[in-house]
Amino acid sequence: MLSRTADNLYWLSRYVERAEYLARILDATQRLSALPLAYVGTSNEWESAVATAGCATAFFKLYDEANETNVTDFLAFSTANSSSIRSCFEVARGNARAVRTALTVEMWDAINGTWLELKRYGNGPTSREEFSRFLRWVQESSLRFDGSAYRTMLRNDAYWFSRLGVYIERADNTARILDVKYHLLLPKNERVGGALDYFQWAAILRSVSALTAYHWVYRESLQPWLVADLLILRDEMPRSLASCYEAIVRNLDSIAGAYGRQGPAQRQARGIRTRLQNIRMDGIFQRGLHEFIGEFIVENNRLGALITEQFLT
Amino acid sequence: MIAAFDEMKEQNGSVRPAYGELTRWLDEMPPDVLDYRRREAELIFRRIGITFAVYGEGEAQERLIPFDVIPRIMSGTEWRLLEKGLTQRVNVLNAFIKDIYGAREVLRAGIVPDDLVFRNPAFRPEMSGQDVPHDIYVHVAGIDIVRVDAETFYVLEDNARTPSGVSYMLENREIMMRLFPELFSRHRIAPVENYPDELLATLKSVAPSSASRDPNVVLLTPGVFNSAYYEHSFLADKLGVELVEGRDLFVKDEIVYMRTTQGPCRVDVVYRRIDDDFLDPLTFRPDSVLGVPGIMSAYVAGNVTLANAVGTGIADDKAVYSFMPAIVKFYLGEEPLLKTVPTWRCREEEHLAFVLDHLHELVVKEVHGSGGYGMLIGPATSKVGIEQFRAKLKTSPKNFIAQPTLALSTCPTCVEQGVAPRHVDLRPFVLTGRDRVRIVPGGLTRVALKEGSLVVNSSQGGGTKDTWVLDG
Repeated sequence: MLSRTADNLYWLSRYVERAEYLARILDATQRLSALPLAYVGTSNEWESAVATAGCATAFFKLYDEANETNVTDFLAFSTANSSSIRSCFEVARGNARAVRTALTVEMWDAINGTWLELKRYGNGPTSREEFSRFLRWVQESSLRFDGSAYRTMLRNDAYWFSRLGVYIERADNTARILDVKYHLLLPKNERVGGALDYFQWAAILRSVSALTAYHWVYRESLQPWLVADLLILRDEMPRSLASCYEAIVRNLDSIAGAYGRQGPAQRQARGIRTRLQNIRMDGIFQRGLHEFIGEFIVENNRLGALITEQFLT
Repeated sequence: MIAAFDEMKEQNGSVRPAYGELTRWLDEMPPDVLDYRRREAELIFRRIGITFAVYGEGEAQERLIPFDVIPRIMSGTEWRLLEKGLTQRVNVLNAFIKDIYGAREVLRAGIVPDDLVFRNPAFRPEMSGQDVPHDIYVHVAGIDIVRVDAETFYVLEDNARTPSGVSYMLENREIMMRLFPELFSRHRIAPVENYPDELLATLKSVAPSSASRDPNVVLLTPGVFNSAYYEHSFLADKLGVELVEGRDLFVKDEIVYMRTTQGPCRVDVVYRRIDDDFLDPLTFRPDSVLGVPGIMSAYVAGNVTLANAVGTGIADDKAVYSFMPAIVKFYLGEEPLLKTVPTWRCREEEHLAFVLDHLHELVVKEVHGSGGYGMLIGPATSKVGIEQFRAKLKTSPKNFIAQPTLALSTCPTCVEQGVAPRHVDLRPFVLTGRDRVRIVPGGLTRVALKEGSLVVNSSQGGGTKDTWVLDG
C-alpha cells in the first residue's frame, strides 16, 4: 500500500486514541478536584492534568496558572493546542478524508459523524453537566471508531498499521500518567502518602479505565505497588505497557509475514517486549520507577520513529 | 425569450410516453412525502461526505450540491441518437489533437487558423511530434449537451481535459434506488453502476506496451483541498486503484514509481485529475508542488500513459469549438450528428462589432473558462452589468466568444411551490480505449434551480438529477 496511506491510517488511530485518553484524564481530574482538600491534599490537579496530557510547555506559554476553566478549554476545545480533543478529531477526520478509500464505510461514518457533531459543542460547554456529557461523548466516539475498525476492516496491512497507531499511542499515554504520578506509586512497606493518596490512585486507574479491573485482578483494596503492577506488567490489562507491546509485536509480525521481511521496527518492538517480560515490579522499584518510565517513553518514541522510517515515508 | 422545449409535456399539455409512469407516480404521491425524501437525500449526501469546495468563498468550504429527487428521463431511441453523436464527437476530438501535435493537416488545409492553435495557452509545444500510447488523447471526455427540441442536441462544450461529475451520476442513482424502490420497479432503467469497470478497462487498454500484463493504474489527485477531491477518492475506491498525490510518486531513469510500505512500485497508467500546468514542475509551472518532477520525461520516453494526454486543452477551447462542424467534415467526411452553437469569435473584428451591438441578447464566455465563472448572460443581466462586461470585453476581445442565448430544455423539478419546469443540460461521459468507445447510458443532468435561470453550474447554484435512459 501507499506509504502515505499507511501513515494517515496510523495517525488517524493515534489521534482518536489520544482524544479518548484526554477525555479520561479530564474526567478523572474533575472528580478529584471536586473532593474536599482533606482527601486529596493541596496539589493542583489541573496542573497535573496538563502535565499528564504531555503539553505543559505549550500550556504555560499561554497561561500563568492552571485552573478548571483554562485547562478544560486548553485540553478539550482550544484550536491553539494541536493536541486538544477538538484538534485531535479535526486532524483525524482530515487524515480520514485523505485516505477514504482505505477506510470502511463504517469507519468513515464514525469519524465523519464525530467531526460533524463536534461543531455542535461550539467553543465549549456552558455547564459542568454538559461538559460531562461531552466527555462521555468523546469516549463513545472513540469506542465507535475503534469498534468499526475492529469489526469491519480487512485483516491486511491497512488494519495492522491502524492498530499499531492505537497501541503506540496507548502505551505512550499510560506511560505518561505513570511519569507524572510516579511519586504516588510507592513500593510495598513504604506508606508515606497513606490514606491521602487513595483517591489519587483511584484517579489514575480511572483515567485508564481500570478501576473495576483492579478489583477483579487483585481482590484487595488499592495498593500503590499493585496499581503500578497493573499498569505496567499485567498482560490481561488492555492499557498496560506489557499488553500494548504484545499487540504491537503481533501486528508488526503480521506485516513482516505479509511483506516477507523484517526490519529495525520489528527488532525494536521485540526488544521492548522482552524487557517487559523479564522484569518484575521489585526490580522496577529498585531501579527507580521514574527512570524506568522515562526510558520506556524514549524507547517507545524510538519505535514510532523506526516505523515511520521503515514503512511510512 | 423563446419558449423552451419541455421534456415531459407536449405543447398541447399531454405527457410524453417516457414520463408516463413518473407522472402517474407523482400524482399518487402526497406532496409532503416528496419533501421528506428530499431532506432524507440531503442527509445521506452529507453523511457520505459528497461535498465540493467553492472557490472564492473563504477557505475550504465544504458544500453540498443540491440534489433534485425527480429524475430526468430519456427514451432509448433518444439515447441511441445521442450516443452516435457522442461517439462521432470524441473520434473527431482525438483525430484533431493527434493532427495538431503531428502532421497539422487541418492547419495546412486552412480549416482552423494557425495562430488560434499556436498562440493558444492550452497548446503544449512539448507534445509536438510526440507519440502517445495507441494514439489516444482523450480517454475520458465530458461532452456538455443541451437540447432545444425533440431531435436537436447541441454540444455546448467539449471537456477534453479532466472532466468531473461522474461520481454524482453514480451516487445520484444509488440514492434514488434507496429512496424510491417503488419507482424503480415500475420502469426498466439502463444501469450506470458499471461505469468504474468500463473506466478501468479503458485505462488498462492504453497501458504502454512495456507494461506488464496486469498494468498498475493509479489516480493522481491534487489533494484534499481540490474541489473534486471527493470524486477522486470515490473513483479510486470503485476502480480499486491507489489514489496518489504528487508526493507519492517519483521518477527514476524515466520510470514512474509510487512509494509504498514495501518500497518503490512501478506505475504504468496515471489517470490524472490534475491540470497540465501542475503536472511536472520541471516542464510546466516550476512553482507547482502538486505534480511529479520528471513525469514528462517518463511520458515522452513512452514508459507511462497519462490519461488524458497532455495538451488536450487545445480541443476544448471555445474558439476552436466554433470550427467543429468543419473539423468533423475534414476528418470523417460526415455531417456532424450533434450541432454546434453558432459562435462569434471576438478575436475577429466583424464578430466583435456584432457582439458589442447585441450584448443584451447574447451569452459571452471566456475561451478558456469553465465552471460558469466569468460569463455574461445578456438577457439576464442589468444594464450596468452589461456595461461593465463591455469594458472587460473591449480590453481583451481575444479571450471571449459569444453565442445566442439558447432555450435549454426543461424538466419537472421540485421547487418550493411544488413541481415546476427548470432548465437542464446533460454531461455524458465518453470513454475511449485502445479497443473501443464506451458510453454508460445517461450522464450527469444539471439543473438551474432558480426560475428562468439558464446557468446550471454547481458553483452558480445549480443542482443535479438522476438521469434515466429507458428501454425502447
